[in-house]
Amino acid sequence: MTAAAPIDVASIRADLPALSVQVHDDQQVVYLDAAASAPRPTPVIEAAAAFDREYPANVHRATHQMAAQATAAFEAARADVARFINAANPHDVVFTKGTTESINLFASSWGGANLGAGDEVLITALEHHANIVPWQLLAARTGCVLKVIDCDDEGNIDTATALSMLGDTTKLLSLTWVSNAIGTVVDLHPLITAAKARGVTTLIDAAQAVPHLPVDVRELGADAIAFSGHKMYGPTGVGVLWARGDLLADMPPWQGGGEMIRTVSFAESTWNDPPWRFEAGTPNISGVIGTSAAVRWLESIGMDAIAAHDAAMTDELVTRLTSIDRVQLVGTPQHRSGAASFNVEGMHHADCGMLLDRHGVAVRTGHHCAEPIMHRLGVSGTVRASIGCFTTSDDLDAFETALRRVIEVFG
Amino acid sequence: MTHSDPDSAVADLTEAFGFLDAWEDRYRYIMDLGEALPAMDDTLKTAHTQVHGCQSVVWVAVTTEGQIVHLHADSDSQLVKGLAAIVVRSLDGRNVSGVLGFDLAGLFDQLDLHAHLSPTRSNGLHGMVSQVMLRVGAIAKV
Repeated sequence: MTAAAPIDVASIRADLPALSVQVHDDQQVVYLDAAASAPRPTPVIEAAAAFDREYPANVHRATHQMAAQATAAFEAARADVARFINAANPHDVVFTKGTTESINLFASSWGGANLGAGDEVLITALEHHANIVPWQLLAARTGCVLKVIDCDDEGNIDTATALSMLGDTTKLLSLTWVSNAIGTVVDLHPLITAAKARGVTTLIDAAQAVPHLPVDVRELGADAIAFSGHKMYGPTGVGVLWARGDLLADMPPWQGGGEMIRTVSFAESTWNDPPWRFEAGTPNISGVIGTSAAVRWLESIGMDAIAAHDAAMTDELVTRLTSIDRVQLVGTPQHRSGAASFNVEGMHHADCGMLLDRHGVAVRTGHHCAEPIMHRLGVSGTVRASIGCFTTSDDLDAFETALRRVIEVFG
Repeated sequence: MTHSDPDSAVADLTEAFGFLDAWEDRYRYIMDLGEALPAMDDTLKTAHTQVHGCQSVVWVAVTTEGQIVHLHADSDSQLVKGLAAIVVRSLDGRNVSGVLGFDLAGLFDQLDLHAHLSPTRSNGLHGMVSQVMLRVGAIAKV
C-alpha cells in the first residue's frame, strides 16, 4: 500500500447530504450499507441536475448547441472513467445500466460468439447472482458448461485449488474481485496470469472493489471488468463494461436499435464501432454525467488514501463484531474489504436488521443476492455491515452500541 | 384460537399497544404475540402456502369451518411471526365478508405499525395479507 495522507472524513461527510437524514422521526442515520449503494456527494447530484436543467438534449445528435454540449459531457465522462481505471482508450469503456447488465452484455455478446457446447466458464463459490445466472442462461443457449471453484469454510478462494480447475476446455474465467456477501478479496493476480498463459479469457466483477481500491486495468491484466456507478458514489442506473479494444472490436452487438448501427436497410444493417455498438438507444445521460462527477470526487480525495481508510474501518468493524458475545461472523477471510457478514445466535437476520434499523442503523440482511455462498457457509442469510470513505469510528461505535442493545433486549 | 371473538381480540390489541410507549416494548410485545401464536401444522406448510419475501420465510394457510374463516401462519423471523399473529388475531373467526371487509391497514395504522405492512418492506407480511385476501376472496366466489 502506498503511504497516503489520511483522508479528511469531515469534509467528505459534508459532501454527503444523505448522512444528515433523520430516520424514525428522531434517529440520525448510521449508514452501513455502502455495499448496496453508496451515498451521493453534492457535486454528483449537482452535475446530474445541471444536465437536466441546462442542456437536457440527446447525445450524438449534435445539430444544435445543447445536444453538442450533452454529447461532449457524455464523452468526457467516458474519458474520466477510462482515466479512473487507467484504461488506455476511452473507447474501450461501454456504459450500461449496472454491473449486472455489463456481465449480461459480455455473456450474450462475447459468450454467444465464443462459447460452444462443452466450453467451460469458471466462476467461484463467492459470486453474486449477476455472475452466475447470465452464464446459466448462456449454457442453456449454447451448451457451454458452468464450473465453480469452491471456497474454504472461512470463505477464502485457495489459489492452488483455483489453478487446478483451469483445464483444456476452460474458455472463460469470470471472477468476483471482492465478495459482496462476506467481503473476501480474491487474489486475482496468479489466476489472471495463469489464465492468460493458457489463452483463457478473464472477466472481473469489480463492483465491490472499485469504491475501496485503486483499479488499474493495465496492471490487473484482465480482459474485461464490470462495475457499477452507484457503488462508487455515482447515480444509480449506470454501469461500466471495460474490455480490451481488440476483444470489443470482434464482439457482435447484443441489443439492436438506434446509436449502435452504421447503416440500416430492410435487407441488412451494419454495426457502429465500439463502444457505441453496445449502447443501443438513448443512454442514461444524466447518470453518466453524474458518474463522471463521482470519479472526479474520488480522485480529489485519492484512491490510495481511500483504500487505507477503508481498510482501517473494515478492520475496526471486524474487531468490534468479534468483541460481542453471541455474534458469529459468517466468512472470516484472510483478506477482506469493505464488509462483514454476521449472525446473532438465536436471532433471525431479518429481525436483527429490523431492530438495528429502529436504532437508526442501516444494514443489509438476507442472502445478498449470493445464495450459493450462504448455503456453502451453512446459513440462510446474514446481517451485513459495509463501510465507505465516509465511515468513522463514531459510526462503528453507534453500530456496536445498537447491536449490543438489540442483543440485550431481544436476544 | 384463544380469542373466539375477533372484535374483542382487536380491542385487546389496541388497548395493549396503547400502554406501550417505547418502541422496544412494542417490538418485544409483537414478538410475544408471535410466540403465543398457535403452532402451524407442518402439513399446512407447503410451497402453496409459502409467501416469498426476500428476507424471511412466511407461511399462511386459510381453512374454513362452515362460514367461518381460520388462519394459520408461521415465520422463521420472530418479528414477522408477531406481525402475522396480529393479522391472525384480527381475522380468524370472522366470516368471509367479515375478513374481506376488515380494515387491516387501519388497524396497523392505529398500532403505528403501518410501515411493516407496506409493500416496500421485504418482510413478507404484505405478501401474506395479499394471499389471505386472495384465498378468502376465492372462497367468496364459490
